[in-house]
Amino acid sequence: MTGKEYRTITDVKGPLVFLNKTEPVAFGEIVELRLTDGTLKNGQVLDTSDDQVIVQVFEGTASIDKQTGIKFLGDVFKLPVSTDMIGRILDGAGRPRDGGPAIVADEMADIIGAAINPYSRQSPSSFIQTGISAIDACTSLVRGQKLPIFSASGLPHNDIALQIARQAKLVGSDDDFVVVFCAMGITAEEYNFFVHDLERTGALENACLFVNLADDPAVERLITPRLALTAAEYLAFEHDYHVLVIYTDMTNYCESLRQIGAAREEVPGRRGYPGYMYTDLAMLYERAGLVKGKKGSITQFPILTMPGDDITHPIPDLSGYITEGQIVISRELHQKGIYPPINVLPSLSRLMNAGIGDGKTREDHKSVSDQLYAAYAQGRELRGLVAIVGEDALNERDLQLLKFADIFENQFLRQSRDEDRSISEGTLDYAWELLSNIDTKYLVRLDQKWIDKYHPTDKKE
Amino acid sequence: MSKENGVIYRISGPVVTAVGISPRMYEVVRVGNEGLMGEVIELHGDQSVIQVYEETSGVRPGEPVVRTGQTLSVQLGPGLLTKIYDGIQRPLPELEKTMGVFIKRGVDADGLDLEKIWSFNATAKAGDSVSSGDILGTVQETKTIEHKVMVPPGVSGKIKSIDSGEFNVTQTVCTLEEGAEIQMMQKWPVRTPRPFTKKHAPEVPLQTGQRILDFLFPLAKGGTAGIPGPFGSGKTVTQQQLAKWSDADIVVYIGCGERGNEMTEVLDEFPHLMDPKTGEALMNRTTMIANTSNMPVAAREASVYTGITIAEYFRDMGYDVALMADSTSRWAEAMREISSRLEEMPGEEGYPAYLSSRLAEFYERAGRVETLAGGDGSVSVIGAVSPPGGDISEPVSQGTLRIVKVFWGLDAGLARQRHFPAINWLNSYSLYPPSLDQWYRDNIKSDFPEIRTEISALLQVEAELQEIVQLVGSDALPVDQQLTLEVARMIREFFLQQNAFHDVDTYSDLKLQYNMAKAILSFQEESKKAIAGGAALEDVVNVPARTDLMRGRFESGYEDKIDEMLEAMNKQIAETMEAN
Ligand SMILES: Nc1ncnc2c1ncn2[C@@H]1O[C@H](COP(=O)(O)OP(=O)(O)O)[C@@H](O)[C@H]1O
Ligand SMILES: [Mg+2]
Repeated sequence: MTGKEYRTITDVKGPLVFLNKTEPVAFGEIVELRLTDGTLKNGQVLDTSDDQVIVQVFEGTASIDKQTGIKFLGDVFKLPVSTDMIGRILDGAGRPRDGGPAIVADEMADIIGAAINPYSRQSPSSFIQTGISAIDACTSLVRGQKLPIFSASGLPHNDIALQIARQAKLVGSDDDFVVVFCAMGITAEEYNFFVHDLERTGALENACLFVNLADDPAVERLITPRLALTAAEYLAFEHDYHVLVIYTDMTNYCESLRQIGAAREEVPGRRGYPGYMYTDLAMLYERAGLVKGKKGSITQFPILTMPGDDITHPIPDLSGYITEGQIVISRELHQKGIYPPINVLPSLSRLMNAGIGDGKTREDHKSVSDQLYAAYAQGRELRGLVAIVGEDALNERDLQLLKFADIFENQFLRQSRDEDRSISEGTLDYAWELLSNIDTKYLVRLDQKWIDKYHPTDKKE
Repeated sequence: MSKENGVIYRISGPVVTAVGISPRMYEVVRVGNEGLMGEVIELHGDQSVIQVYEETSGVRPGEPVVRTGQTLSVQLGPGLLTKIYDGIQRPLPELEKTMGVFIKRGVDADGLDLEKIWSFNATAKAGDSVSSGDILGTVQETKTIEHKVMVPPGVSGKIKSIDSGEFNVTQTVCTLEEGAEIQMMQKWPVRTPRPFTKKHAPEVPLQTGQRILDFLFPLAKGGTAGIPGPFGSGKTVTQQQLAKWSDADIVVYIGCGERGNEMTEVLDEFPHLMDPKTGEALMNRTTMIANTSNMPVAAREASVYTGITIAEYFRDMGYDVALMADSTSRWAEAMREISSRLEEMPGEEGYPAYLSSRLAEFYERAGRVETLAGGDGSVSVIGAVSPPGGDISEPVSQGTLRIVKVFWGLDAGLARQRHFPAINWLNSYSLYPPSLDQWYRDNIKSDFPEIRTEISALLQVEAELQEIVQLVGSDALPVDQQLTLEVARMIREFFLQQNAFHDVDTYSDLKLQYNMAKAILSFQEESKKAIAGGAALEDVVNVPARTDLMRGRFESGYEDKIDEMLEAMNKQIAETMEAN
């Protein structure tokens, strides 16, 4: 197949090259472009017909001219995979970036990734303790979940992601996670922050990195997460690893998607993003989970920065429609000096119910979490009211709730970057202690039987 | 037809253009060397535009395209229930058998098991004159559902022979004198509504066991409802609650462009959940269609048609069918995606101009009908809508709201406070109560509609009072208005909130709903009396028996205890007067 080189470019537009008069070219086929100075670039076929072929060029179209030679490589994009990828740093197109040797393929895997048959999935239900109270109590994570961090520029989402990567464990099991880290358009500084931390804790040896930085080609970002997930699938479903995939920043990925759409003059959806962005994102996020008959799992932690701190922006919005919840980082809490500044109210773990309770975390977990939410939500709302009418207008119940909101933020949420709280003593018992600042008669979300058993002062011995 | 020599001219994602064939619109064709399944969606000049139901990467111009002569159809007959299909009725367990846990392409699978032997029990006999839709016999398809084998649409005549016995779905069970041979399996093109004699006005509620739905915003059997809401507000949980608890005979659940794990959850759960009506597993009455967000979009587009055709088929047997589509927005997006590949002139927000007519045609297939056989059947349709950013001014929400008669508006604010179901009681509505009220009077209680009106009125008043509270605090209100706020809080926390994940609270029948509503009004009345008699509001509100009454709903047997608990509460409230 790899023979003919064409010099039939008619148009170049943004990251796209248009050419005509070729032999039949496959949809999705990989392309090699040779510039007149000998530089090689790579691309992929986006549209193909007898008359015209459209190629998206990963490294951008700079310096491409009508003399550029184009070769079709006869196949769709495949990644060489092997367990030797663990401990390696690869670039955004899957080539070594750490000076090491090329990966010797155990298998060539199609990076698009076939959909998991919904009938073949297994429901995720093993609780992962992150050691972060806000997450463990209120938005519990389970193995095989896709739970993004919705953040914004200048907030400590990377610290949180790293803390989770360091501390995440299954209670009562010593199965370790392998981390697959995927950088899309982040700065070198952010990247170094990640690498140093992974190095410091020895996690790097147990990780595989795919790196596309801010000054790497933007279009390449469209394949980087697909490579990372292909590696993750291989490790999880061929070699039984529990894989934690962290990818950042999804916002840069979506910008690249928008760029391609614009170059193709597609009819845009909301705010200029392509109408198919939901489907495109789903093809990444849905590559998380557990499948019947395989021991491994893929848990995903995508990080995205919300443009303008706006959760209704298409990037967080479409993500939230696909992922199994979200952890929302709040600028307000960050400015109050609280770490981790997680706003639990808009945060959610959709798989929480399956992962908590008797035999998994603790029997009172659900009750405690509902009560924390309810009390904190009401307390926060009262802050608004107090700003208008003053504390004098509040009755006893409201006063207690108002005070609780502060306690919740300053004691329950706040913890240090290396503080690893256990679910039972560190998080749930602590929650009871803090809730006892409110009269029991106002704690309507707590079952009486748990009050009798766990309430620090109303407990029946 | 077979002499045509079709070849691919162009491939752009799921859309393939072929030349050299002259198919009919909506004809199914086989595309490329692997014979991928596709459907003709546009004809212009010598080009046929095809949407392909499978991934197209690696396919090249010049590969063959072959006509099948068929339009996109489903196989209908015994064996539909308990199944899970993709958007074009391929059984997912069969796909797993042939290709493992990942869905690869180019694999065909029949919707029905063609080998399986069923016991056919003839109810018609030789010499009977039968026509389309008439029932020839029955098959016990699952423990609870008797499948009625019908004369296929367009066939009629006098029965020459018909036999009870053991047959698979392709064997002839009945022959007509004119020569027509009838099998248990029939096929029907999904984009065409199945025929019926006439539509009736709905007059029976679809009981769902969900208090806010049944009591305040009921859906009728044969009716249509839309549930718009931002992510995380409770669309899927509500749809699943309806699939579990509504008193339909048959449930068709379509997971259209949503999460894989949500379908797994249903698959795991339904075989273990008991139908309150029959005491048997809910799975017995359920068919599922799962075309998740990462499966091919063209098949997603087809999935709602596959689902509604199956629903109509059971309706034609005289059953009440409830169909849930989660989410219709993903269906609309699939239309948008295909339309944009066709370079059609876009309408609002890039959706095709025909979006609203497609939505209308879909919901129009709901209804209560007199079947061709003279029976009474219905299809109720409940569509989730996923508006971007939760803003329902967008085309899919608006197109849906113009058609459906019930609007269950989910609210991010309520979800954030963990008030579930997060249905906003101030802006939701149902247009059915006037046609259902007689049913409630006859079957539940003669003053049911009046009680409902009182409860909604209290919620309205609360909303107005809250505006004042935001300015001056609640302590500044006169005591009767403070009481109104407490009563409204009780409506919200005790009645409207309902925990889908609690074994007992998850379902309340209509009688219990009525009794709970009465209990709230009784609290209001007794408290008024007590306060007029000198009791303090604080004392009245805090009587322990009220907490018991409210917490009682989490205990089984509540329906038998509520009267007693109410009496205890009223007694304690009266005592607050004496204490003063
Ligand atoms: N009736 C309910 N009872 C309890 N929890 C609910 C209820 N409805 C929704 N929830 C909670 O809200 C979360 C999101 O609901 P879901 O139906 O998945 O939202 P959507 O489909 O609108 O994105 C669920 O995971 C659950 O925790
Ligand atoms: Mg949903």
